[in-house]
This record gives sequence, C-alpha cells and structure tokens, in this order.
Amino acid sequence: MKKHLLNVTSNIEIARNIFEMKLTGSGVGSMTTPGQFLHVSVGNHSSKLLRRPLSICDVDLDREEVTLLYRAQGEGTKQLSQKSAGEVVDVLGPLGNGFELAEMDKNKNALLIGGGIGVPPLYYLGKHLKKKGIEVTFILGYQSIEDSFYIEKFKDIGETIVTTVDGSLGIKGFVTDAMMNVVENEPVIYSVGPAIMLKAVEERAVGLRGYLSLEERMGCGIGACFACVCPTETRESGYVKICSDGPVFKMGEVVL
Amino acid sequence: MSRLHVSLPGLNMKNPILPASGCFGFGKEYAKWYDLSVLGGITIKAATLEGRFGNPTPRVAETESGMLNAIGLQNPGVKKIIENEIPALEPYNIPILANIAGSTEEEYIEVTRQISSSARVSAVELNISCPNVKEGGIQFGTHYKSAADLTRKVKAVSEKPVYVKLSPNVSNIVEMAQAVEEAGADGLSMINTLVGMKLDWRTGHPTLANKTGGLSGPAIKPVAIRMIYEVSQKVSLPIIGMGGVSTAEDVLEMMSAGASAVAVGTANFVNPYVCPEIIEQLPKLLDEIGVENISEMTGRSTKQWKTPLSSR
Repeated sequence: MKKHLLNVTSNIEIARNIFEMKLTGSGVGSMTTPGQFLHVSVGNHSSKLLRRPLSICDVDLDREEVTLLYRAQGEGTKQLSQKSAGEVVDVLGPLGNGFELAEMDKNKNALLIGGGIGVPPLYYLGKHLKKKGIEVTFILGYQSIEDSFYIEKFKDIGETIVTTVDGSLGIKGFVTDAMMNVVENEPVIYSVGPAIMLKAVEERAVGLRGYLSLEERMGCGIGACFACVCPTETRESGYVKICSDGPVFKMGEVVL
Repeated sequence: MSRLHVSLPGLNMKNPILPASGCFGFGKEYAKWYDLSVLGGITIKAATLEGRFGNPTPRVAETESGMLNAIGLQNPGVKKIIENEIPALEPYNIPILANIAGSTEEEYIEVTRQISSSARVSAVELNISCPNVKEGGIQFGTHYKSAADLTRKVKAVSEKPVYVKLSPNVSNIVEMAQAVEEAGADGLSMINTLVGMKLDWRTGHPTLANKTGGLSGPAIKPVAIRMIYEVSQKVSLPIIGMGGVSTAEDVLEMMSAGASAVAVGTANFVNPYVCPEIIEQLPKLLDEIGVENISEMTGRSTKQWKTPLSSR
C-alpha cells in the first residue's frame, strides 16, 4: 500500500460518460490482484478533497500500465475526465482485498456478472481465470447500447451475454434475467455492481459458491473513517468495512 | 530536547502533531503506512460504553474544500477498545488521548473510569460535541451549565487529565470554555465539526442518510482559528487546536492563534502521510521566521497585538 504519482498515457470516452484512463509508473507492478481498487485524487486537493475509489480494470505489467474505467458523473470524476496524456495522477493503492482465485479448481466454470460501472474489474478477473484454464462466462448489464463498453474485449476471454434495460442491445432486462440457463452448470459466481443487483444475483444463486464486490461512498479508503461499513451476521463485530475488509466478500457474508 | 517538543497536561509530546479523533481509526490502519512513533501523540476513535453500529450509509459527502460526515460514533465499546485496540499501540512510544462519548452522565462517567485506568492512556478527551447522534453528548456541549456539570463529574473519576472537546455549534464559545475551565478541565480540544447539509439538486434528497452531518476540512479552518483566538485570551487552559489543518503552515497559524498542540483530521483521508510530512516540514518553517522552539508559537498573534504599532 503506497502513494504513487502515475503518468496519464491516455484518457478517452469509450461510451456515454464512460472514460478509459491508462496510467503508467513504477507503482503499477504491485497491482496484480483482480478486484482491488485505487483511491484516486481527482482535483487539486483544495476544492475536491476526497479521493475516488476506482476499481482496477486491467494491468499490463510489461508496460507498467494500469487501466481504470470510470463514469464521469459528478464534478470530481468530470475533473478527472479532463486529464490528458502527460499529466500526473496521485493514487493510493492497490487497496482492499481482491477476488479469491485459489479456491477455483480447473474443473469448475465461472460466471462473472457485472452491472454498469461494476463491469470493469471483471475484465482483469476474467483474464486471470482464463489463464488458470477456467471456462469463463460473462453477463454484462447496461442501461442502453450507448452505455455499453468493452464487449468485444470480453468476448476474447469467454462467452459474453449482454443485457440492456431498454433492450437496445442483447437481452432486454437485467443481468438476473440472463442468469437462469447459465447457473445450471453450477459455476462459481463473481459479481460486481450496485447492492440491489448483488442482492438479486445472490437470491438466484442459492446453493452456489460465489463472491460479491460492493460499492459505497468512501472517506479514507483504508479502514480508518468507518464511512463504508456494511452489516454482517458472520463476524463478531457485526459489520465489515468495504474498503479494507472488502470490497470482495463471500456470497452470504454481508447483509445487502 | 527537540525544538518541536511540547508539553501539555498528561501529554509529553516530541512534536505538537496528533491525529484527530475519528480521523485515524484506532491507529492500526495508518500503522500500515508509516511508523506511528513519529507522531507527537494519537487520539483514538470515540469510545462509548456499549458497542455502536452508527448511522446508515452513505455517511460521507464531499463539499467545497471540505466534507460532511455522519458516522455516528461507531465503535466496539470501551471494554473491547481497552482489550483489543489500545494494546495494538503498545509498540509506539507516544501518548494516547482517548476520546469518550455517551448518551447519559452515567455512561460518560463509566467510560472515563474504565479507559482512564488503562496504563497506556495518557489523557481523556471528553466529547460533548459530536453533532451526528442525539446520544453523542451534544446535549451536554451546547449549554454551559450542562458542560460544566459533566466536566466536574468526569474529572472526579478520571485517573488522567481531562480535555473537553468543544462544539463550534454554539453562540458563545468563550462562555463554554470558561465554564469547563471553572469545572476543573485540564485542557480544551477545539473545534469539533460544524453541522451542515448537502442536497442532490436533481432529486431534492439529502446526500447523507442521516440528512445532516459534521463539516470538516479546510473550509472550517477560519472558524477554528477565530474561536481558538478568542478562547485563548479568556482562559488559561492549554488548547489542542483542530479544524481544517492540512499543512505545516496551518499548524503554525493555529498555534499563533493560541493552540499548544494541533490535531490533524480530514487531511489524513486525503493523504495518509500528511502527519509525518507536516512534522518533517515544521523545523524549516521555524527557521524561516527565526523561532527556535515551537512552543514559542503558541499565542503569538495576541502577543504581537500587544506590541506597540511603532515597533512592528
């Protein structure tokens, strides 16, 4: 866990308000676990103080380059979207605990389910799982075709099913509408997205092993401020901190 | 003795910098980033008698040069803090300031009795100013008689010096400071957060689940400076200043206003290394203005005002 000053190599809009930022620097070598995040300084620290937790979408260790995908929604992420090649971005990380990969055995298949801006970390995860010889299927949910991204890149890793709320691409509906046929193969589930989606995924994955990555507003990103807590029935404390105990938890571990 | 050394009741500090309560967890989170021994001291997260889960999320929101929080005094309860959290700070030879909160006088007294008897605790900070829960003691912190009564009762059981953390959400902070001084407080911590609110203009809904929260960060520093400046001239208690401090220059400004030590809060979230960076920069700034010992900075503003205009 360290602070790094990384150089922007590119920062482009790849879908409606979705930006792909590539950063390079010597700190990238430590970013090897899928599901971890970087806490990114977006402004000049005087107006926009708080860092933004952005999940790691991809890492190229040879080029020392990390890829972050983010939605330019609020003022802070809009400021981030203005950064151009050559500028420096102050990041802390990698932070949090990533996805559990050791438990996967080669006979199993994995179902990776992402919604909206929860999709990006599944890309790096999918690459890791494929490298381990695991058959990977993605279900990616977007609002509309205009909000969709990286679909061809996901297809290079495994079967990719797309859902859109308005039906403009793939199956009309939510990610859970595409789940039933796929879970018959008893895959290990990995899912990232808003709590309401994760809850629906968990309800449809009864009896299966899986992992959920949670999103929440964070203060410090390192477990000190207690801003991003979530109730749990499995720990003595009664809660987990999403930033430092997670963001990835076993299915059933947290109360969504 | 180091030129950064400061001495306050119960707190013999190698430098005047300590993290503010609630902004540093119980210390172990930042111990992963640097050796906590470099700090002047450490203020740990508030302890209540029983464990508290705190408020629903979202608990933080960003504002202009500041942030709102409504954590709600989440903590595992005083017993577990004494058993699990304080021993984790054993390797670091620095004073520990234990922040205590409660919903009744009895709760404050019992928490003080327990935590002040811990050998590793150097002093207690009486939190009568948390704006985010009704049961956080703010009812004691907004009326001078209640604040004085509670201070007197807590002092009676405390085995360690007592610092009273004052709320800025009052009409007359000098009156509050004088009341707790008379009641026997050993020092003051000031200020806590200012009550604020943020709305989503699209929906009209508050951003925080708790609706209101405590404003911290650089936005509140001028308020803290003004209050410390006013109080330091009317009471003789040492003041631990806090509120929007994020640089070494801020520390010296706050000491000039009357603070003897300075706590750093929100800035830790922005930059986990902020405290050691500030400590490293202080000697250079003292050299710049020709001050040998940092304790000479305390109350410098009022000392200068007393200097005749002709000699300034």
